[in-house]
Amino acid sequence: MSDLLSVEGLGIAFGGIKAVNDVSFRVRAGEIVSVIGPNGAGKTTLFNMISGVYLPGSGRVVLNGEDVTGMAPHLLARRGLSRTFQNLQIFQSMTVLENAVTGYHLQERGPVLADLLGLPSSRRRARTADAGARRLLARVGLDRAAEREAGNLSYGSLKRLEIARALALNPKVLLLDEPAAGCNAVETEEIDHLIAEVAAAGVAILLVEHDMKMVMRISNHIVVLDHGEKIAEGNPAAVSQNPAVIAAYLGAENADG
Amino acid sequence: MRLTPKAATLLVLALLVALTPFFFPSGYYYRVGALLFVNGIAVTGIVILTGYAGQISLGHAGFSGIGAYACALAPTHLGLHPALAIVLGAALSAVLAYLVGRPILRLKGYYLGVATLGFGILVSMVLNNERDLTNGPDGIDVPDLGLRALLETWGLDLTNGQFWYFFCGLSLILGAWLALNLYDSPTGRALRALHGSEVAARTVGVDVARLKLQAFVISAVYASVAGSLLALQNKFITPDVAGFMHSIEMVTMAVLGGVGSVLGAILGAGILTLLPQVLTVFAEYEQMVLGLVMVLVMIFLREGLLPSIFKAIRGKGE
Ligand SMILES: Nc1ncnc2c1ncn2[C@@H]1O[C@H](COP(=O)(O)OP(=O)(O)OP(=O)(O)O)[C@@H](O)[C@H]1O
Ligand SMILES: [Mg+2]
Repeated sequence: MSDLLSVEGLGIAFGGIKAVNDVSFRVRAGEIVSVIGPNGAGKTTLFNMISGVYLPGSGRVVLNGEDVTGMAPHLLARRGLSRTFQNLQIFQSMTVLENAVTGYHLQERGPVLADLLGLPSSRRRARTADAGARRLLARVGLDRAAEREAGNLSYGSLKRLEIARALALNPKVLLLDEPAAGCNAVETEEIDHLIAEVAAAGVAILLVEHDMKMVMRISNHIVVLDHGEKIAEGNPAAVSQNPAVIAAYLGAENADG
Repeated sequence: MRLTPKAATLLVLALLVALTPFFFPSGYYYRVGALLFVNGIAVTGIVILTGYAGQISLGHAGFSGIGAYACALAPTHLGLHPALAIVLGAALSAVLAYLVGRPILRLKGYYLGVATLGFGILVSMVLNNERDLTNGPDGIDVPDLGLRALLETWGLDLTNGQFWYFFCGLSLILGAWLALNLYDSPTGRALRALHGSEVAARTVGVDVARLKLQAFVISAVYASVAGSLLALQNKFITPDVAGFMHSIEMVTMAVLGGVGSVLGAILGAGILTLLPQVLTVFAEYEQMVLGLVMVLVMIFLREGLLPSIFKAIRGKGE
């Protein structure tokens, strides 16, 4: 079983409208699979089903050989699934460091009584997590903002903070929902490198991204969604030449711009 | 050297407890101070529940009622020492909070507010109606804690007012210390995270329902201990301690001073404890004043008094 993530016939409907319908694909260790498609195609909904935020209406999600369909997000986190959000989910009134630290929750948590009493064991757990979080912040270029309140950061910085928080879980499978949205060219390239680096370490990455240059550059495999259906898949070269894809997605983007 | 916020808060509280008696015009003020500290303990629990975890309780006075009546009833009926009655009340409150909170906190949304509202009313009704046990609305005598007499044999001779002032003051400092430990601990961070974004907290592995329940149980214990200390120092208690107005008073105190900050919430408790002492008309219009305070804070000082003051100072400094 080299598939870390396998999505089988996944579907969900909202009020009779099929937001995602019968979508299947697999992500292997160290592989970057991108999901692309026009606005409203169902990419985020797909992520929400895989990460346990939505209960799938049909199909299965298999994580590292285990059927995890409909499992609660915090249990998926324990099994090595981690994600970021398209519409930032930052802990606004916590500092940047504290935001990153929450990614270490599963490692740092302990008996609540020890935490209330401020026992050395509790402080040791917290300090270890702090150190890890600082390393991760340095990795995404946010170490100098560590003590700032997260709500005051720019959009691009918050995107990177979410990536740091997701990486803190030391995931086997990482879902990134538009990590480069709102980032400038330099930041995008940094994120690009970071994703490649994480994949090289053996993490299976599922990526949703509208920046086509980035997608074509770093993906091993691309899945194309339109109106909730998988209309094509393949390597970047094949997908970019697929007439259905050009019509549905690239065409739509041109029409937008 | 810079003080951590935790050390600064504890220092301020310690100085407050130690130094204000020098300014008391009469022994009566020890009583006022003790009452302020008791309210401070209760709102510190609200800080953990509402400020950290973002959950609302409209029936926390129910737990104060349990703590208070545990001290009134357990010594006479179970032969328990009043000090152990405090512990029994706290344990009972914790168990009840667990039983009420467990099914509710699995649901998303503001169901806890509704459930606790019902819980508070229920406790209040039981205390009012079980006359054989509680003596009903007339209230009931509470036995002496006995600690003052013990201190006297050790050569520490305090008036009743002084004893309760310092005993409640030390209890408040202990309660604040625990809450401040929690704030920066792994559990505290997870609580504040789920307050900020539940879905994000869940995806980093936080068992949201479990953590909310822990915060609720802890805050119930604070309310219970506050109720016990109130009953023991007055040597008398009525069911009003568990009443809806008392629940609202706790929340208003915390929100006024700053529900996200232990020191802020205690400041709020201080203001609303002292106000009726200064303005005797307050007692008559208490409900109106509480309502007004709540509305004004929500409009002008969302984060509460103390955090707003700090922000203003920092804003000028930069
Ligand atoms: N909770 C929900 N309730 C009702 N409809 C929903 C819900 N979540 C998603 N949808 C619908 O499902 C469809 C797919 O939305 P989704 O957010 O997955 O698209 P997307 O591919 O991520 O789009 P974008 O590129 O704009 O992010 C949309 O029509 C959306 O309105
Ligand atoms: Mg989306």
